Amino acid sequence: MENEKKGNWWIWKVFWILLAVTTVEVLLGMNQPEMLAGTRFLGTSLLNHIFIVLTLVKAGYIVLVFMHLGFERATFKWTILIPAFILIPYLLFILLSEGGYAYFMM
Amino acid sequence: MEQTISKTNTWGGGSRPYSVSYGKMMMWFFLLTDALTFSGFLAAYGFSRFKYQDDWPQAELVFTHFPFIHGDHPLLFVALMTFILIMSSVTMVLAVNYGHKMEKKNVIFWLSLTIVGGAMFLGSQAWEWGHFIHGTEHGGILADGSIMHGANLVMNEYGHPLFADYFFFITGFHGFHVFSGVIILSIILINVIIGTYEKRGHYEMVEKVGLYWHFVDLVWVFVFTFFYLV
Repeated sequence: MENEKKGNWWIWKVFWILLAVTTVEVLLGMNQPEMLAGTRFLGTSLLNHIFIVLTLVKAGYIVLVFMHLGFERATFKWTILIPAFILIPYLLFILLSEGGYAYFMM
Repeated sequence: MEQTISKTNTWGGGSRPYSVSYGKMMMWFFLLTDALTFSGFLAAYGFSRFKYQDDWPQAELVFTHFPFIHGDHPLLFVALMTFILIMSSVTMVLAVNYGHKMEKKNVIFWLSLTIVGGAMFLGSQAWEWGHFIHGTEHGGILADGSIMHGANLVMNEYGHPLFADYFFFITGFHGFHVFSGVIILSIILINVIIGTYEKRGHYEMVEKVGLYWHFVDLVWVFVFTFFYLV
């Protein structure tokens, strides 16, 4: 709620951050730098890890600032976030390891 | 408006432990379940991609077109779509912010721009689908030796058939969210114009539809990464 007094600059700040991160992603995706795309780490290329981290940064800004969740009461914030933080990585872990297994078994 | 909260009797009613309104809380619960649905889709996509990793096409080589420009421009068009959606998210926050200040004219202006952004995104997606379905001039050679142009649900020129299925299903489901968002935003805009929220004394409806709209942007951020970048 303290945001209302601050005017609109915080909205444009987040906009520039989102735009900058997306631009970095697109440039990396277009050029596929060999150093990043060729280096493998934890089952995929370093470039993909960078993409995932940048995506989570963008998601964080959207959820916490644009959707205002960062300014809600902490109990509410965690009621929304904890189920997602537990269930989504769990599902990904199961399906991705199973997908890798299915590939080797074919 | 605000009820006095009993400090002594938590279960006696009137107390709001999360200090958000019922409508906003339920919107958040809905968005959480919707996020889990999309995670299910993207995780299933990941499963198939890992399983058929040898024939899975590289998205940079599939989506290379840009309107009115010839040649290969990987990621450029989808970057533009991402920009449009981020921009419409920004106009949405501005509308919500002016709603807090009860400035009706500014809410109308920024809400209208948000609707325009959503419509532009839908148009871009239609163009993207059209190109994906019609395919390239040279086409691709299928397993039986025939040449296939473009994509449908049973086969495509780019790689494994499931790639097109997931593309149509996930971007289609997201696009349907954008479409419903545009409809709901239009209804809210009409309410703002006829002064419903002015009479009610607050613009919380704009805030609630704003949550939904940002969620649509959030999902696109993930679709963009896992379909086009990774």
